[in-house]
Amino acid sequence: MQRYYFDHNATTPVAPEVLEAMLPMLTEVYGNASSIHHFGQIARQKLDAARAQIAALLGADPQEIVLTSGGTEADNLAIFGAAGGGHVVTTAFEHPAVLAAAQKLDHTIVPVDSRGLVDPESVRRALRAETKVISVMHANNELGTIQPIAEIARIAAEAGIVMHSDGVQAAGKIPLDVRDLGVALYSISGHKISAPKGIGALYARRGTALQPMMFGGRHERERRAGTENVAGAVALGCAAEWIRTHGEAENRRQETLRDRLEQQVLDRIPGTRVNGAGAPRVPNTTNIRFDGIDSDALLIALDLKGFAVSSGAACSSGAPEPSHVLLAMGLSRLEARSSVRFSLGRSNTLEQIDALVEALVESVAHLRKLSPAYA
Amino acid sequence: MPENSVAVAMSGGVDSSVVAGMLRARGERVIGLTMQLWNQRRLPEIQSEKATGRCCSLDDVYDARAVAQHLGIPYYVVNFERDFEDQVVKPFIDEYLVGRTPIPCTLCNNFIKFDRFLDMARGVGADRIATGHYAQIRWNPDNGRWEMLRSVDRAKDQTYFLFGLKQDQLARTLFPLGGMEKAAVRELARELRIPTAAKPDSQEICFVPNGDYAAFIDAYFREQGMSRQEAAGELVSTDGRVLGEHGGIHHFTVGQRRGLRVAAGEPLYVIATDPASRRVTIGRDRELLSERVRVGGVNWVSMAAPAEPVRAEIKIRNKHIAAAATILPTSDPDRVEIRFDQAQRAVTPGQAAVFYANDLVLGGGWIE
Repeated sequence: MQRYYFDHNATTPVAPEVLEAMLPMLTEVYGNASSIHHFGQIARQKLDAARAQIAALLGADPQEIVLTSGGTEADNLAIFGAAGGGHVVTTAFEHPAVLAAAQKLDHTIVPVDSRGLVDPESVRRALRAETKVISVMHANNELGTIQPIAEIARIAAEAGIVMHSDGVQAAGKIPLDVRDLGVALYSISGHKISAPKGIGALYARRGTALQPMMFGGRHERERRAGTENVAGAVALGCAAEWIRTHGEAENRRQETLRDRLEQQVLDRIPGTRVNGAGAPRVPNTTNIRFDGIDSDALLIALDLKGFAVSSGAACSSGAPEPSHVLLAMGLSRLEARSSVRFSLGRSNTLEQIDALVEALVESVAHLRKLSPAYA
Repeated sequence: MPENSVAVAMSGGVDSSVVAGMLRARGERVIGLTMQLWNQRRLPEIQSEKATGRCCSLDDVYDARAVAQHLGIPYYVVNFERDFEDQVVKPFIDEYLVGRTPIPCTLCNNFIKFDRFLDMARGVGADRIATGHYAQIRWNPDNGRWEMLRSVDRAKDQTYFLFGLKQDQLARTLFPLGGMEKAAVRELARELRIPTAAKPDSQEICFVPNGDYAAFIDAYFREQGMSRQEAAGELVSTDGRVLGEHGGIHHFTVGQRRGLRVAAGEPLYVIATDPASRRVTIGRDRELLSERVRVGGVNWVSMAAPAEPVRAEIKIRNKHIAAAATILPTSDPDRVEIRFDQAQRAVTPGQAAVFYANDLVLGGGWIE
């Protein structure tokens, strides 16, 4: 069966040029980047070059990049490292890597409006004297809505509070400059941008006090202990470089495909609407509600036809649960359970989009025929 | 996916794993689905290492997935937790608190497995479902009905819990184990190299650890922030004399002897419970006998609703030996009256009465 992948916000395949760049790091360049000898020096050289590439993608200096095991570690390091036991303000539709970390501390959760946007003023109202960190995601993983980070960062700066943004779903999809955004901390993840799982980074603006969470050797300027993942870093650097050179054109291409998908679905399938359509969005993501449809059934039906899409977040058993993101923006449980996310990537083509639309038309009609609730 | 697939309800146990393996070996297109019914992380105070009879644990899902991978079939977990709580757990608790003895398995079959699950299967393109139940289904061209029969392995027979199945449900359901002995099922599991072949059988009430209903209900009430109403009441004799006090009607079930704490020359038993007055009537063994039973919510399986009295053997509990009786139709098509040839002991409201003619399941309903 021909299979098509429309779940790039969950993860992406490693790009060929990334694989090519990282493979020698697993074979020839095996030195420990902290070693003094030649082997170590070659590894260090590769690591430094990769760090510079990653910094360039974010508009940061290389010294401001802390390499981590991924987005979750970067988010955890940002929150625990900067909060110092103080109060954290975050939002209702953050990724669990932020939400669950904040919930370990004194925290306030700011609501999200019906467009899928955080109102900077509600962040301001949530601040307290003891607030240490504000954490607001740059782009939402399920909706793709882009948050007013620069505005919130100004509020943080006025109050002297550390501003963190989880940029895992924004990096590679929209132009990035951490100085323009005004954030002190910014997380990215390798496997969302064509690098492998197991590598990520936290931008930490020079001068930001950051307590480490892992203790051991003096790696990453004593902000993250553990032997450097040179292969992962090189992969992430290569992916960052590709985005700097090809990202804009590729994002325009994906946006055209995404818009065609939305238009075709809205035109050909009655009872559909795009969640978060009223907000600025990243170019590869659309979240569509199909009235009267159980998204679990639609997801399975599509998968059996070869189309991989997503609904909500999987719990530990693998059973989908209603999306906390959609509930946070005010959808009912039923509406949340009838919504499906499509997230495009480099491999998707116009032919794939058209095939997906045909499969959706057929599956939605079949499911609605069986649904007594939908007449 | 073509329409002629079969969705197998995979619990992670041996029986449903063998069903998936048998159908696959037969050349059917099989989709494995596991129903997530209850979150085992809830009610932590009643969980224990030794807890038995738990369903929907992560281990069961891992087992089911491992079996699906071994068989090379597509596999998904579907979340019915909310339906299960509303349609099975809450009615179970309500019934239990008013002194009836509920059967959650029958509710689960009627509202989840052969309703929600069947719908999900059709939605994803499977026109039939298969489960590991021990029962048999066959088409009878003479009366144009799907009939249900007891399983070949009489000790494993589950038809008592399946009387609620409607004709359109039976038409889409396969019970591949109904014609097999359990030992043969285990043997087949080994032949098919099913990873869970040696796993012990699960218990009946899957969401209640160690079968301790009272502890489950107490914990559930605490979780929901609800308080149990004052439940104490009187123990009375069959001629209306007050014999003592009791701590709550839900501690008593018809036919029970333990825990009455009333001195008498001969053994006493619970004869009846009345939730409205919270009165528990107790009496001698022979006072437990009844010849006539009213049954509501009747579903006819292997025969159409009769207009005339029907002779049958009737089970009033899962472990009861079916007793000869006459079923009398009433003016209400959902209700019948049963007259046993010989009075039966401890006829319990809330339990099912299932009507058999030899191996054939004629129908069944709920004792009122």
